[in-house]
Amino acid sequence: MLYAILCYHDEDFVGSWTRDQDAAVMARLAVVQDKLKKEGRLGPVARLLPTTAATTLRKDDPPLVLDGPYAETKEQLLGFYIIDCENLDAAVDVARDLGAANPGGAYEIRPVGVFLPGGDVK
Amino acid sequence: MTDTAWIDAALTSARPQAVGALLRYFRNLDTAEEAFQNACLRALKSWPQNGPPRDPAAWLIMVGRNVAIDEVRRTSRHEALPEDEVISDLDDAEDAIAERLDGSHYRDDILRLLFICCHPELPATQQIALALRIVSGLTVKQIARAFLVSEAAMEQRITRAKTRVSGAGVPFETPGAVERSERLAAVAAMIYLIFNEGYSASGETSEIRKPLCEEAIRLARLLLRLFQSEPEIMGLTALLLLQHARSAARFDASGELVLLDDQDRTLWNQKMIAEGLALIDKAMRHRRSGPYQIQAAIAALHARATTPEGTDWAQIDLLYGSLEILQPSPVVTLNRAVAVSKVRGAEAALQMIEPLGERLANYFHYFGVRGAFLMQLDRNEEARVAFDRAIALANTSAEAAHIRMHLDRLMRDSRPSGAKAEKK
Repeated sequence: MLYAILCYHDEDFVGSWTRDQDAAVMARLAVVQDKLKKEGRLGPVARLLPTTAATTLRKDDPPLVLDGPYAETKEQLLGFYIIDCENLDAAVDVARDLGAANPGGAYEIRPVGVFLPGGDVK
Repeated sequence: MTDTAWIDAALTSARPQAVGALLRYFRNLDTAEEAFQNACLRALKSWPQNGPPRDPAAWLIMVGRNVAIDEVRRTSRHEALPEDEVISDLDDAEDAIAERLDGSHYRDDILRLLFICCHPELPATQQIALALRIVSGLTVKQIARAFLVSEAAMEQRITRAKTRVSGAGVPFETPGAVERSERLAAVAAMIYLIFNEGYSASGETSEIRKPLCEEAIRLARLLLRLFQSEPEIMGLTALLLLQHARSAARFDASGELVLLDDQDRTLWNQKMIAEGLALIDKAMRHRRSGPYQIQAAIAALHARATTPEGTDWAQIDLLYGSLEILQPSPVVTLNRAVAVSKVRGAEAALQMIEPLGERLANYFHYFGVRGAFLMQLDRNEEARVAFDRAIALANTSAEAAHIRMHLDRLMRDSRPSGAKAEKK
């Protein structure tokens, strides 16, 4: 079974780490990741840019593009995509296409800061 | 991270919201700060034992209020203070208060807190010091260090600023849309001032002053989180990130300023650049341009160029052109002329800055740039005059040293040509 581990934390709190503190956390995580990687059990790892960089597409009719992260609590996180786009406009277009195929709910579009492709976990 | 480091970080991030809310309750800055301080002391005792509260800011506001109210009761009735456990036992109350802290209050609380620091009667340095003390919670000692003044002088500066602010009366009513956007603009300008205070540091002091840049970025992010659809706040945050991303490359080992063209671009912080580019990309979708967005777009073009030659100077020229319209200033024209010199040559650039001479007669950069253009046109004698003037006007030793480097190059270049002339 493949599992996704979704990381939640207080952004203000993580944002107030000094660069050294941040690097120390990343180094500790890398130890865990390296072990998984050696065992062929690590897929892609992404660190997202802050929610200030997020844009949300509400898949209403018509779809609505809003600044900021998806903030409602009545829907649940059901999946995610990693896509490569020239810019935010292009990413929003992709989200619109996906939304047309599956209306209802929302997509939060968040730029990826760090992306480690990982190995083949199959 | 140790227990206390965790708590310190949580207190720092909760501070603007907590002090902002306490200020709304007590309508007095000193009382609000003191209440927050007391709440922090309780947190240091309670959190390691009971674990972190779900919403640290709500916890601090609640405890801060209770302690302050008890303080008033105690002094008026001489009653004993209740046990810590009673005051800090908030398990049930926490949910209720978290609900009551609705989004709009939270937003205006923090904006108000930032805005009172921007009082127009306060000189810029006092605005910045006050914001760093009240909003960011830096100690007087830390602020004094960043400003390179004594702790006593900084203490006095902050006290004076506080007196002036409390005398002026704090606007407590919920702001209307126009007022809110005016406050936002004033606060954005102040955040940019904080940043520049750190960014304009010389080589020797840049490490000490760097926290000012970092704090400005933190405040800009905070503001953006509160006002998510404001393209100018996106632009401001992007601008600060893109400029700060270059900080490791801006000074050489001996503390001399390194110009953009000569910087080691591998030292630029790619994480900050990525965030800055994402924000400017997001801002541009709004099609509502503004000075911060334009400046950020210019910084973005520099950040995107992997070599100086790869810089899109034509686009930078156009962007400065738009900035000249929105925010006409001889300094903007001077910056534009640098882009023009790369696109259309030094002659065109020199013509462009010629009319600025009078208004920029005491501006270091004007003579530095003018000297550089003249040098490119082989008008070495005039270039030397301009560089001499620049050195006389230099604000920091790094600036003067940089111009001296140009002068040395002039001397070096003029010698072989002189030798050639002799041979003829």
